[in-house]
Amino acid sequence: MPGSLVGDELNTPMIALLVAHLVVAALVLTVLAKWPRAAAILGIAVLLSSAVTALALGTRSTPSTERWEWIGELGLRFDLALDGFATMMVLVISLLGVLVLWYSIDYFSDHHSYVRFVGVFVIFAGAMTGLVMSADLFTMFVFWELTSVCSFLLIGLNDESATARASALRALLVTGAGGLCLLAGVTLFQVAVGTSSFSELAAASPDGPIITVAALLALTGAFTKSAQFPFHFWLPGAMSAPTPVSAYLHSATMVKAGIVLMARLAPIFGSEDIWRWTIVLAGGITMIFGGVRAMRQTDAKLLLAHSTVSQLGFLTILVGLGVPGATYAGVAHLLAHAVFKAGLFLSVGIVDHATGTRDIRKLSGVGRSMPVVAWLTALSAASMAGLIPLFGFVTKEKSLVALLDADAKAGTVADVALAFVIVGSVLSAAYSVRLIRGMFGTKTDLAPTPIDHPPSWFGLTIPMGITVVGTVIAGLFAGTVGGWLDAPAKDLDPSAYGKLVLWPGINTAFVISIVVIVIGAFVGWATPTKPWRNPVAISGENIFQWLFDGLITVSKRITAVSQSGSLLIYNSVTILGMTAVLGAAVLMDIDDGFSDMVFADSFMQFGIATLASVFAISIAMTQQRFVAALLLGGLGFASALLFVMFGAPDLALTQIMVETLIIVVFLLVLRRLPRTFEYRNKFAPRSARIVIAVAVGVSMATFAALVSNSRTAPSVGDDYITLSEPEAGGRNVVNVILVDFRATDTLGEITVLAVAALGVANLVRMANRRRRVGAPAVIDRVEEPVS
Amino acid sequence: MKLRRSIILDEADRWLFVVVLLVSVYLTFRGHNAPGGGFIGGLVASAAFVLRYLAQRHTVDRIYDVFRPHIILGLGLIVSVATAMVPLFVGDSLLESHIWKGDMPLFGEIKIVSSTFFDIGVYLLVVGVVLSVLVALGVNQDQFDIDNFETDEDHLSRENTVGGAQ
Repeated sequence: MPGSLVGDELNTPMIALLVAHLVVAALVLTVLAKWPRAAAILGIAVLLSSAVTALALGTRSTPSTERWEWIGELGLRFDLALDGFATMMVLVISLLGVLVLWYSIDYFSDHHSYVRFVGVFVIFAGAMTGLVMSADLFTMFVFWELTSVCSFLLIGLNDESATARASALRALLVTGAGGLCLLAGVTLFQVAVGTSSFSELAAASPDGPIITVAALLALTGAFTKSAQFPFHFWLPGAMSAPTPVSAYLHSATMVKAGIVLMARLAPIFGSEDIWRWTIVLAGGITMIFGGVRAMRQTDAKLLLAHSTVSQLGFLTILVGLGVPGATYAGVAHLLAHAVFKAGLFLSVGIVDHATGTRDIRKLSGVGRSMPVVAWLTALSAASMAGLIPLFGFVTKEKSLVALLDADAKAGTVADVALAFVIVGSVLSAAYSVRLIRGMFGTKTDLAPTPIDHPPSWFGLTIPMGITVVGTVIAGLFAGTVGGWLDAPAKDLDPSAYGKLVLWPGINTAFVISIVVIVIGAFVGWATPTKPWRNPVAISGENIFQWLFDGLITVSKRITAVSQSGSLLIYNSVTILGMTAVLGAAVLMDIDDGFSDMVFADSFMQFGIATLASVFAISIAMTQQRFVAALLLGGLGFASALLFVMFGAPDLALTQIMVETLIIVVFLLVLRRLPRTFEYRNKFAPRSARIVIAVAVGVSMATFAALVSNSRTAPSVGDDYITLSEPEAGGRNVVNVILVDFRATDTLGEITVLAVAALGVANLVRMANRRRRVGAPAVIDRVEEPVS
Repeated sequence: MKLRRSIILDEADRWLFVVVLLVSVYLTFRGHNAPGGGFIGGLVASAAFVLRYLAQRHTVDRIYDVFRPHIILGLGLIVSVATAMVPLFVGDSLLESHIWKGDMPLFGEIKIVSSTFFDIGVYLLVVGVVLSVLVALGVNQDQFDIDNFETDEDHLSRENTVGGAQ
């Protein structure tokens, strides 16, 4: 039985929470469609309840689990577990969600798409919550796809903009393709190991080529979601979404889905070289690539998008490496990045809202006109750059220490990772400086940018400020926060360890940090607003577009060849194909001979057969469509007579009724067709048609004769006759077969009939509509009569 | 569009319509034991509608307000599928048939087989299919021609008739 809950039937708070998100979204999109603010407040309420649930359940000593059997035969089930890591992620998702929804009210609640935003946002938050609580890969996959779909809807929120629609489609195709890779990987796990649950996979610690392929497929899925090279390009494109969407999805939550997956899988596969090198190379290249591209942007939001790509590369290295210290550092930096990046995006939104531009070449003197926002943003950016005493410094410091230590466990790959991280960190310091200077600095050659809409304190500045307060406090009380992160890290990998300190003392990592900051600040300051030249001519967008266009072109060509639209070709292919198959069957079995055949049972039978043949030949000879239809009916009645002679009254009755009705339908259609058959098609001259017709007729007739002669198994008819009365309570075996013995066939057939009838009705209606508006109707393309 | 109506056919159809429908019902119910059944019954019932269409053409529009093709079609499918599904709820397999026997005053022993309901569904569906096609290719096309291809001459002659009546 599907849908049985295992465990305490009434106490399933996690599933209830996920359902609550859906219910709220439904309410928002229907009942509250006219009250956008109320919708947003309801959304905030459900996110807060999510946070409270996570705190209440997640801080217990043993993680709560809930399971819902889905398709037991396939081992598919919804398996949720709220361990420490999931609790941390749920808190991030819900609390940042609250801030972003709060902020969004002032940002664009007067926009017509706002209610849709809130509805999809809540569904997305629910999907993301489910994703981080998933204890099973199949469960995670379901939520994974749901986040992709929500992301598509949110990126394309401004559906009047072609750019937004294109970006949304691109993001969906890239993450959707990755989702398919993930599904393939999960299926391989299920087949090869017999489980898709994280804990059982870890216990089985499988290896072998199939497992490696499966792990790499899952990794590909994670890379597309978390915008890792070479799938990084969809993320900057997704910036055509409203800023609150970008702040939430494309910095703090959705792109972290891939990181979550890697974090769950790394303790299982992290010890394999191929896994580690893939992680480090992809993450490292992404980190550098994103950083370099961030230096080239003049749009502050795009700069942040590329910096997110870069930071995601960093996180990939940390959580994916599968080294205990790095895992802990990864968890910490995941938190740090979500907090400071959300703040930065919200800040860009405030500046955009106030001045109407995000172009750092046009902004000037904003720091003087909006000092509070400027200082708050500077603190977030400093956290991103890794300045003491902010949380970003603490986590980056921890990462450097972990990677320095990892050499002993992971070897060369850790050194390569360290090199990437150091270069990437220089770039992140540089683009942080560039961002702040570009957005808030005063340019000597530009007049101060006017502030058209000063940001409201309560609506915009405070939600953004809260993230900054979080960054500062977490930095100052690094020890306490570090203690909280112990459980999440240990849930990923029991051997994970680490603690956070604000002042590490002078050590190698600290020296590296100082050098990184100094060089980065210098680079960032030296290249203020002038965009760098494009170092690489090929971009991911172009390759994607090229592949996409190619796919469309190829499929169009295939369609053009296979679906020509010519009735002549369709019929020829179908008929000739059938003739070929039948002819082959006849040739293979011709040896069986026609020994059992008799010429005719009676004169009457011979007479009817002759009559039928005369009808058939006349149909082929006549030029009049109307006459042909009548003759076809005559042929049908002749067959009915044969059925009567063989003692099949049911069949004969049906045949007569069908023939009668079909003649009427034929006549109804023939009103619209030319009166006579005229062949003017030079590709199919009369001679060719005759050859095809004769071939079909001969092969069909021979086949029928052979088939009736080649029965090997005993007929089932005898059983039906004996069983009809006792089993089905009927004496008419034909009817009993139709409605009882083979009723499933009948059910299928009548469904086909119903669909066909609806098809006829709608095709005719469409043709009429087209004729009415003056477009050429399908029916007009029938060969014209020669008058 | 000129309509040539036969008065004989028209008059005959008045009672033939009902008789043919009754025959179709008879054929359906006796089908379990003698030639007939839902499929044949449905076709015969459809013939009644076709006959009425041939006799009266588009003036029969109003009967499709009562016998709405798509509703009958859907109803038939629902009845059949429901009959197929009911055994599932009592723990039997799909489409498993059941025989009820009982005594009724006046009628004597009576036997009802669950597959009769399936046959009723088939009957309705077949009627729905033929009516859908008849309406799509017949009635609606006639209406289309009247709406779009009525010549000025036709129009004038109709106006004159109306004027003459006053």
